[in-house]
Amino acid sequence: MSDKKTQDKKNENNQPEQESRRRFLKNSGLVTGGIVGGSLLGSFIDNPFTKDKTTSDKDEKSKKAFTETRMFFTRFEDFYVLEAAVERIYPEDDNGPGAIELGVPYFIDKQLAGPYGSNKFDYMKGPVQEVDVASSYQTLMSRGEVFIEGIRKLNAKSLKDHDEKFHELEGEQQDELLAAMEAGEIDLRGVTGTTFFNLLRQMTIEGAYADPLYGGNKNMMGWKMKEHPGIRPGYSDLIEEEEFQVIEQMSLRDYQA
Amino acid sequence: MAIKLDKVDVVVVGTGWSGGIPSAELTKKGYKVVALERGRDHDHSDFVGAKDELRYASRYEIMTDNSISTVTARGTSDDEAFPLRTQSENFEGNNVGGSSVHWSGVTQRGRKFDLEARSITIEKYGEDKIPKDMNLQDMGISYDELEPYFDQFEKTAGTSGEEDPMGPPRSDSYPTGPMRPSYPVKLFKEAATNLGYHPVMVPSANLSENYENPDGERINACQYCSFCMMYGCDFGAKSDPVATVIPTAKKTGNYEMRTESYVRRVLHKDGKATGVLYVDMRTGLEYEQPADVVVVAGYTISNTHLMLLSEIGKPYDPKTGEGVIGKNSAGLASPGGGATGFFEDKKFNLFMGAGSLGGTFSDLDSDNIDNSDVDFIGGGICEIRQRGSGPIGDNPVPKDTPRWGKEYKEKSLHYVNRMLSVGFMSPSFGWKFNYFDLDPNYTDMFNDPLLRITHSVTDQDRKYAEYFNDRAEEIMKEMGADIVEKDSLPEEWGHTQGYGETSGGVIMGDDPKTSAVNNYSQVWDMENLFVIGASSLPHKIPQQTGTIGALAYRAAEGIDKYLSDDSGLLVESKTNTLNA
Repeated sequence: MSDKKTQDKKNENNQPEQESRRRFLKNSGLVTGGIVGGSLLGSFIDNPFTKDKTTSDKDEKSKKAFTETRMFFTRFEDFYVLEAAVERIYPEDDNGPGAIELGVPYFIDKQLAGPYGSNKFDYMKGPVQEVDVASSYQTLMSRGEVFIEGIRKLNAKSLKDHDEKFHELEGEQQDELLAAMEAGEIDLRGVTGTTFFNLLRQMTIEGAYADPLYGGNKNMMGWKMKEHPGIRPGYSDLIEEEEFQVIEQMSLRDYQA
Repeated sequence: MAIKLDKVDVVVVGTGWSGGIPSAELTKKGYKVVALERGRDHDHSDFVGAKDELRYASRYEIMTDNSISTVTARGTSDDEAFPLRTQSENFEGNNVGGSSVHWSGVTQRGRKFDLEARSITIEKYGEDKIPKDMNLQDMGISYDELEPYFDQFEKTAGTSGEEDPMGPPRSDSYPTGPMRPSYPVKLFKEAATNLGYHPVMVPSANLSENYENPDGERINACQYCSFCMMYGCDFGAKSDPVATVIPTAKKTGNYEMRTESYVRRVLHKDGKATGVLYVDMRTGLEYEQPADVVVVAGYTISNTHLMLLSEIGKPYDPKTGEGVIGKNSAGLASPGGGATGFFEDKKFNLFMGAGSLGGTFSDLDSDNIDNSDVDFIGGGICEIRQRGSGPIGDNPVPKDTPRWGKEYKEKSLHYVNRMLSVGFMSPSFGWKFNYFDLDPNYTDMFNDPLLRITHSVTDQDRKYAEYFNDRAEEIMKEMGADIVEKDSLPEEWGHTQGYGETSGGVIMGDDPKTSAVNNYSQVWDMENLFVIGASSLPHKIPQQTGTIGALAYRAAEGIDKYLSDDSGLLVESKTNTLNA
């Protein structure tokens, strides 16, 4: 456990690595008042000197899968805010990994890039009304648009109140801003903060526990924490057991194979 | 503009139990039937290996597409209705088999009371017992008259059950034996017995053994795999139309099903239905399908919507209480009554289960309860269910736990296998002010007005819930829970519609002034039009699918009767003042 904890701490919020990358860019003067071109940034990320060190098992394990890459969010900063927010909603603790390690931010990114993110199966005709039913989705904005609006307003509020970006705040400060968003106290354009927060919360839970095929619930760690087997053909042989059954997890990849 | 097709004997709108049963019965008798299904084609092979909670339960894979149509919702006539935009706010089954595919499989029979609620209430307690503004009505058929059709439906479905000593009388035993009890179900049965009740296993369409029904269709034994309600069955072990009546109809050679065919109108002339107008959703082309008999057998929402759009029957007016189409929106905020228990020293295998695996008792149902000393009518069927938990959907925490963050995570992981709940399945009555009509502001993709639901909770609901919360609490304490929480009392309708719980709109009765269809599901005002489904229930019957199945068999018999000899009304109306 302690070994794992150290490892988890190191990866917390994926921040140290990102922080150092940003700090480097800042210190190098490349971003002061200028624009970092994609190719420059790309070549920087691919810079062999940033990888260095010993290629241990740990490094291999923390290496991102090809699918852990943004397909919806365009701005780095939006994604950092998202990472910080979902980690507060579902934090790492003694039970196991938090939302970031489970891959929740990439899960959300992929969902927003697909039909769910564009509300393909929802009724999107106006006019929108102000209603006092908190669970109601009353906006013509797609979920993807709601996320962008919500995340940017969350960060703007952070900058206004604390003069720091949301993902740079202390955990408790982040919680306060998230609670304000949940209560609808942060003004968004075209949608309520509560609607955004409910969606953020719900998709965080989904990302922690959906089949790993969607990019979250990494290595079925969400299911392991819940002592949920994920998928089994059936439990006909065990259904009458009184003892709690600890059953190894199986995902759709293995079930459909 | 619409392309006119060749006439058939019967056109059936919908392929769930309500449409599938008459389709099977009528094609077996040699009638040519065309079925129109707005959703996609699918069969058992689509569900093999499809154990994906996100896709089916969270993203509503086999539910209706709200971008085509949805409903609007409001509490009272004074409120402005707003559209239910997302599938988590409004859904019903889509595709072949409809809601009868994603159902959990609980196969209760309607009780004597459910069918003759008004007469029985007056007989037992006097007319004063009926609250002001409650539209309490009989269905124009007694339990004994409907019993053979219950039996027929259960034999088609292979219902697995255990003789219920307090349940309604049966002419025959269940076709298959009860499901096997899990530990929580055993705990429930012990506790209920200790309290003097008579618990049995929930009658189930998740079958306890392999079964071949009278039509030769095979249904497999349930594997207790937990992917059940909201899913099609991985093993072909849940009785649904895809496993039974649809293949039965297809085998006859007299059945043609057209999928992705969205019916917009029942066409009629001189008081008779002439056919339906539908859109091929792949091309957008409109077709007219003429038929001798039109059967509208969709879900409550679509049946009522179609009747209002087609301008058949008199729309209900909440001010005067006159008119019938749209009357009695019910089941939207069923009062229930229940309690949740958290156990510190026990962990249950809650990830196992099946939609209708559970224990139940009928001692306090509408037939057995004594309402003399309580301020509500009707009773409840008690249930504990072990549907099988989903990691996304099941995150139980005691009240006052934060919704997110460290404590939420900690507690939801701690209690996920330590929480059980017991509840009462309640009737939901019709009220003068709860109804459906056409929305004046919002339209569907064809620019037709959406269906508007007006629904609010009443004192009857709150008093009912209060009483049954207490009963559920007693049971949960007897089961040994460390923390017992009663359900909160219903304050207002949550403005959501789903799980196949909504009923009313085209209700059944013996009087054309107060009902839309007779007990053959034949429309009083249009004798060659039959409207089948939960729309015909004047009040929502707890666990209504069994009753709908029985009514569909009776309707099939009526349609045959209508076509073969007596065209005309199959039932004499109680009053002769037909509405224009």
